[in-house]
Amino acid sequence: MDRSSRKAWLYLLPAAALLAVFLVYPVIDVLIYSFEEGFNFASQTYWGVGLYNYSYVLHDPYFLQAVENTFVLVIITVPVSTTLALAISAALASIKPLRSLYQTIYFLPYVTNTLAVGLVFMVLFQKTEYTDGLVNLMLEWFGAGPIDFINGPHWAKMFVLCFYTIWVVMPFKILVLTGALASVNPDYYKAARVDGTSRARIFFRITLPMISPMLVYLVITGFIGAFKAYSDAVSLFGTDLNAAGMNTIVGYVYDMLYGDSGGYPSYASAAAIILFVIVLTITCINLLISRRVSGEGGVHIQ
Amino acid sequence: MNIKLEGLTKRFPARDKRSGGEVTAVDSLTFEVPDGTLVGLLGPSGCGKSTTLNMICGLEAPSEGRIFFGEEDVTAAPPELRGVGMVFQNYALYPHLTVLQNITFPLENLKGDKKLSKAEMRRRAVETARLVQIENLLDRKPRELSGGQQQRVAIARALVKTPRVLLLDEPLSNLDARLRLQTREEICKIQRATGITTVFVTHDQEEAMSISDRIVVMKDGVLMQQGEPQQVYDDPASLFVAKFLGTPPINVFAGQVKAGRLYLEGSGAPVLDTPGVPEGPVWAGIRPEGFVPDTAGPVCCGLNRVEVLGRDVSIVCTHPACQADTIRAIIPSRSLVNGADNTVHFALKPDKVFLFDRETETRLPFAPPGAES
Ligand SMILES: Nc1ncnc2c1ncn2[C@@H]1O[C@H](COP(=O)(O)OP(=O)(O)OP(=O)(O)O)[C@@H](O)[C@H]1O
Ligand SMILES: [Mg+2]
Repeated sequence: MDRSSRKAWLYLLPAAALLAVFLVYPVIDVLIYSFEEGFNFASQTYWGVGLYNYSYVLHDPYFLQAVENTFVLVIITVPVSTTLALAISAALASIKPLRSLYQTIYFLPYVTNTLAVGLVFMVLFQKTEYTDGLVNLMLEWFGAGPIDFINGPHWAKMFVLCFYTIWVVMPFKILVLTGALASVNPDYYKAARVDGTSRARIFFRITLPMISPMLVYLVITGFIGAFKAYSDAVSLFGTDLNAAGMNTIVGYVYDMLYGDSGGYPSYASAAAIILFVIVLTITCINLLISRRVSGEGGVHIQ
Repeated sequence: MNIKLEGLTKRFPARDKRSGGEVTAVDSLTFEVPDGTLVGLLGPSGCGKSTTLNMICGLEAPSEGRIFFGEEDVTAAPPELRGVGMVFQNYALYPHLTVLQNITFPLENLKGDKKLSKAEMRRRAVETARLVQIENLLDRKPRELSGGQQQRVAIARALVKTPRVLLLDEPLSNLDARLRLQTREEICKIQRATGITTVFVTHDQEEAMSISDRIVVMKDGVLMQQGEPQQVYDDPASLFVAKFLGTPPINVFAGQVKAGRLYLEGSGAPVLDTPGVPEGPVWAGIRPEGFVPDTAGPVCCGLNRVEVLGRDVSIVCTHPACQADTIRAIIPSRSLVNGADNTVHFALKPDKVFLFDRETETRLPFAPPGAES
């Protein structure tokens, strides 16, 4: 090890130490918990070591429901929000007047509390004895019957949850993508225009590859964020998510620890490890695909 | 393809409203680029060269004036219908595409009956690559190329569509001195080989002088002078042009004309006969090669040092009337000056001395003595 790399390691040490204490240690601890059967929190004792916790969790209908919900949420919200954000940022980049005004408007949800936004969504979508809610009012104009989005059928609740999640994650994506679009050297566009390149072709052959590092970053963090969704569901459907059939994996972990039926750190740990493995796998797949798509070393995530 | 600009003007709206007014980047520019020639568009930074080029290629719409390609008025035509190839200062090669993909990119845009097959596109791209000698680099990405190689890829991409006009915006400014020299020869060669009408933008006068058939000198968006490089150099119309052309630059002295003779300020003896120049204060520009060492010469300078630059000898000296701190004179042989002396005397070559009005800085021509016949 030469001098300069030793120095680099030295500078990294404080951060590495913090990471070890607050990240690596807990992960290992959770891993250990997840294999300890019948752990008793009060006495800190357990019967034995094995895979029973995993087996229990994987056979728990609430967990399976949570996994299904989470996957639906991820598969719908990540592509939709990223594509929409891309479309909006591209539109923002092509207008001159009022651009900063629109940028501010699109960014506002980001600085708003998610629980407050959730409340607004509930008011919009909920059907009570007194009112059908604003959304149902609009649906009725189109001749569709009132649907209870908050306490009604599962698909309706899923729709609201996805809608809400997309709404919440969009501002950040728009912010990142507007920055990425603005950082593309305008000379590329000039060169393309001189060569008579159509707008669509400029977008797909030049703009998109140029901002692909940022897109990959957004997709990967989007997947991770959606897998960890919890507060969104709570803000819409309350804390008893199992009863509403709207639980997520993180919600399940929480319930196992502190919920009304909680007090099972071993089950919670097993569920958390399963989530960890899922997220790790998906992220690896994402990275592999993005590397393949962009050719040798095309995409570097900073 | 003959290019003609008629009263071309470009005004940009002021960036912030309070300062008011507009920026006139190009001001009623009129000149012609004869078919098959290379014209150098020359001027200091910010004088509107790029803006002019952008109007020729159609990226900017002129505020006033018209552009003709041959007989055809292309003022309102979009870039793709003008048949122009353009090389940008930073080359603007698409970093995610290989050299071959970069060169074929313009061909893939062709539509309708101009559409080419894959094989034909490849054939043309390779042919163009051979012209600029990069056929062995086709599979590389731009960042794996040297500056000079990138520059050739950019030229190949501009030429592959066989445009009517080739436009180059400071194509050499990102290269080091040696490569610059070599590449400008190459550009010149390619231009000769293809016979394509070319406009070449630069702020380096030496570059423009060396490869252009004609040069157009601009300042603050206004055309100052145009013509063949040697002719503009030998016959500058204004102090600006005289100062802008030539390395080392021209030496400018404050002077007075009295009774048809030039006096440098602060010295009593006339230095040159300038018949026909009205009396009054002038700027006298003397090219470095206009000084002739002569112990009886009228111009007496303080000698700083003698530099031997290979072929020539450069004499650095001072004179109280000179605008700059030092004067540079280029003489053919070292033995003409004694480096140990404190002073050096020069006679002047009349055809290397230009007089300019002190106020308007326009040229005050005089017939050099002996040239009347
Ligand atoms: N889009 C624009 N909006 C406002 N002013 C502009 C714009 N583009 C150029 N200008 C102004 O027009 C003038 C000429 O600019 P231009 O880029 O043509 O100069 P240039 O001769 O190419 O200079 P350089 O040698 O530095 O490239 C400058 O004063 C510049 O500030
Ligand atoms: Mg320029």
